[in-house]
Amino acid sequence: MTPTGDELTGRSAAELAAMVRHGDVSAVEVTDAHLQRIAALDGDVRAFLCVAEGQARAAAAEVDGARGRGEALGPLAGVPVAVKDMFCTKDLPTTCASRILEGWRPPYDSTVVARLRAAGAVVIGKTNLDEFAMGSSTENSGFFPTANPWDLGRVPGGSSGGSAAAVAARFAPLALGTDTGGSIRQPAALCGVVGLRPTYGRVSRYGIVAYASSLDQAGPFATTVADTALLLEAMWGHDPCDSTSIPSAPEPVLASLEDGVAGLRIGVVEELADVDGIQPEVRAAVESARRLFEKAGAEVDTVSVPSVEYGLSAYYVIAPAEASSNLARYDGVRYGLRAPASEVAAMNAATREAGFGAEVKRRIMLGTYALSAGYYDAYYGQAQRVRTLIIRDFARAYERFDVLLAPTSPTTAFELGAKTSDPLAMYLSDVCTIPTNLTGACAVSVPAGLDGAGLPIGVQVLAPALGEAVLLRAARCLEAGFNFTGRPNLGRSTLGEA
Amino acid sequence: MSGESWEMVIGLEVHCELATETKLFCGCPNDFGAEPNTYVCPVCLGLPGSLPVLNERAVEFALRVGEALHCDIAEESIFHRKNYFYPDMPKNYQISQYDEPVCGNGWLQVGERRIGVERAHLEEDTGKTAHVGGGGGRIHGADHSLVDYNRAGVPLLEIVSKPDLGSPEEARAYVTELRSVLEAIGVSDVKMEEGSLRVDANISLRPPGSEKLGTRTEIKNMNSLRSLARALEYEAGRQAGVLEAGEAVFQETRHWDEEAGRTHSLRSKEESHDYRYFPEPDLVPLLPSDEWRERVRAAMPELPAARKARLLSAWGISDVEAGVLVSTAGLADYAEAAVAAVSAAGDGAADGAGRAVANWVTGDLLAHLNETGAAPSALSLSPAGLAELVRLVADGTLSRPLAKEVLGAALAGEGGGSPAAIVAERGLAQVSDERELAGVVRAVLDAHPAEVDRYRSGEDKDRKKLRGFFMGKVMAETKGRGNPQVLNRLLDATLAGS
Repeated sequence: MTPTGDELTGRSAAELAAMVRHGDVSAVEVTDAHLQRIAALDGDVRAFLCVAEGQARAAAAEVDGARGRGEALGPLAGVPVAVKDMFCTKDLPTTCASRILEGWRPPYDSTVVARLRAAGAVVIGKTNLDEFAMGSSTENSGFFPTANPWDLGRVPGGSSGGSAAAVAARFAPLALGTDTGGSIRQPAALCGVVGLRPTYGRVSRYGIVAYASSLDQAGPFATTVADTALLLEAMWGHDPCDSTSIPSAPEPVLASLEDGVAGLRIGVVEELADVDGIQPEVRAAVESARRLFEKAGAEVDTVSVPSVEYGLSAYYVIAPAEASSNLARYDGVRYGLRAPASEVAAMNAATREAGFGAEVKRRIMLGTYALSAGYYDAYYGQAQRVRTLIIRDFARAYERFDVLLAPTSPTTAFELGAKTSDPLAMYLSDVCTIPTNLTGACAVSVPAGLDGAGLPIGVQVLAPALGEAVLLRAARCLEAGFNFTGRPNLGRSTLGEA
Repeated sequence: MSGESWEMVIGLEVHCELATETKLFCGCPNDFGAEPNTYVCPVCLGLPGSLPVLNERAVEFALRVGEALHCDIAEESIFHRKNYFYPDMPKNYQISQYDEPVCGNGWLQVGERRIGVERAHLEEDTGKTAHVGGGGGRIHGADHSLVDYNRAGVPLLEIVSKPDLGSPEEARAYVTELRSVLEAIGVSDVKMEEGSLRVDANISLRPPGSEKLGTRTEIKNMNSLRSLARALEYEAGRQAGVLEAGEAVFQETRHWDEEAGRTHSLRSKEESHDYRYFPEPDLVPLLPSDEWRERVRAAMPELPAARKARLLSAWGISDVEAGVLVSTAGLADYAEAAVAAVSAAGDGAADGAGRAVANWVTGDLLAHLNETGAAPSALSLSPAGLAELVRLVADGTLSRPLAKEVLGAALAGEGGGSPAAIVAERGLAQVSDERELAGVVRAVLDAHPAEVDRYRSGEDKDRKKLRGFFMGKVMAETKGRGNPQVLNRLLDATLAGS
């Protein structure tokens, strides 16, 4: 018997891939089920900037055709994936949620998207974000804000808020995000899904629009740790088009997912567990995680990483500095928006004035200042030294521990508009996630239940660079322990509520 | 410039386009003269999401230059971003090397002097802007501008001399020598007119004997050796005028106007860009291995100075001839190939072949090259053809005047460029047969009895004149093909005899 639409959208990616492979359902049926759910519910959530109805059906039909011809199917064959609109897609506009790139169609696919397509995945649409990934609430989108599926009056986090919301709302079982300062993990926490930021250099940056090149890294969103691993294995690995891509082959993660944490040494980062402004329920969730680890046979202790308190400051020098250079190319000369003016410099200025939002302008100015003659050493140079210090502190922590535990976000989802007028308060949302970006390591956010207001809480597991296998083993342990099965109630949905 | 009251201090920045197959950071062809915007891709267009990958061949060329200029090769060098807005620069930053260049601290022997080389660093070229309509190619008054990005991303090596040059002549000699070195090691086309070699000059004046450097100006837009010398001469005079009027030279960039024969201010240092250099996060450090550097060193071809010394002693030619051979692109290769071909023939012509070849090559052949702008390798007369000509002269088949005629014909493509074929077609072979020539002499003297009588009875002065008259007549009779030595002997014998 053919499963119904909501039965399909409730399935994990692994289940859907297996069903398609076995012929229990066609890829087109899977895609249609998700497209229908998007059509019914995304008017409220607004996770997508663009839904790729035609392209998605065509891609799904190709999967069905390949199966019909008896061809081998990729690991994600027929599985819908929502793609953050920072990834270049040659058949779909790529805007970075910026007016300055409105309507731009790249002539090429990013490496990650190309790999997912080769694995049989169906790109179902491009998701909303804070413009050029600058923000923590998706309210900085140049087009519209995205709502948190758990409470439409609240933010989904950011900058990959559209992707996190899309997975939480079951518009797609998988989504792609980018994480420069926490932009995968923080919205994953706020939306009650799993979000992984891989080791810098593990996932190709080729074709992902750059925000802060030394910090940017793409990663997966999913509803389960196993699906996260499945998507990770389809997207990562060396890419000759990215000079910072790590040449060695990654260690598989799916195979060791159920190996448990017995004997692992796990450190609770005290500076982050007690970070200023932490919501008591988040603090309690970290404590619960600690007990789950202990119950599963891990040795847990607290660890001090004193320099993390400078992470936020270092990040807000380095990221804007790199961004000020990366975003210089949006000048109206070659693509995207062009504001009319009588000569080139005036045209550049008018285009950038009209095309960039306030937060983007703020960071371009911050970064330009930090790099300018006479200030470089005091700002950019100093921030890099802090970065080195943080790397050293974490290296010391990892001498004693295999993985670390921390909150993902100090709070659960806040109300739309609550922090838009206070950039510093907004920046503090990333205090627990930023250290991983500065060190180039990996970390994952795992759902840990709901707070008193019924909003998801995320806890974060951190591992050293290239530690994805042990990281996901630990995450799987927490997933099993928390056994979070909650689903947001999206009104018209008939999907089984918790 | 007033007499000897000032000493010139000149330093040169030579931008050399490296003759790699592909661009510095992408796989687009590095080629001159294609249809605009046909050699472009996401990387060299700076499209969002694209990333640079360093061209290994360009690095190898830089290493070769480093070897040739006796530089220290950096064990680790890095790339920086030089940020400024310009429409022909796709990313609005240039990837260049800043304080850690690949080559540092070398020298180049120019005549008797050793000129210091501060550094040589890799960077990418920009596109080209054309201003259309109204302004006669200038930006002022133009209707609009068009940009061709074919050149964007072409590899450049910027070679910066120390301020060791003391005159326009010396600057010219330095560039001449550098050009032959770059050509000899096969890294560049070194065509100033096509822009594959571009020279900017820094010049300042100081009182003779002073150690302190004066304020310098930078001159741009000199596209030949001649304009380099003219521009420096002009600028030195201008600065002397400023200083002698009791004013200060203004540190600025000045534009050489070839037609007007003067420099004019382009922009002053005060209004110059703050380039906000910072390390390029999209590239990893360049770490040429010892083995690679050793391989480059072992494969270094003979440098022009060494070659000149070798040709001088091996061929017994003049210093000027040897200098011309090694400093003109492809000329020494051509000459050596010709000499080798003469020697390979294994006849009497091998003795003195070097001198004979050098004589032709630096004389008639070079004149032809200068006239036509052709490269030696493109001549219809091949080195083997020239060898044929030299042998035809050596074995007495051709007199020098006839050989000159044959050379001209061969360069014009006659006889398929084969001197032997031209000699046969035109019936030019020299006649040395005594019986045949004796008949001609006899006939000429018989036809001019009065002159013969006057010769036999006349004064020395008249005899000389008449002797020339007879020679002219017999040459005319033989259509210039008579062997002059044989004719002279026969004439003398006949006039002295009957």
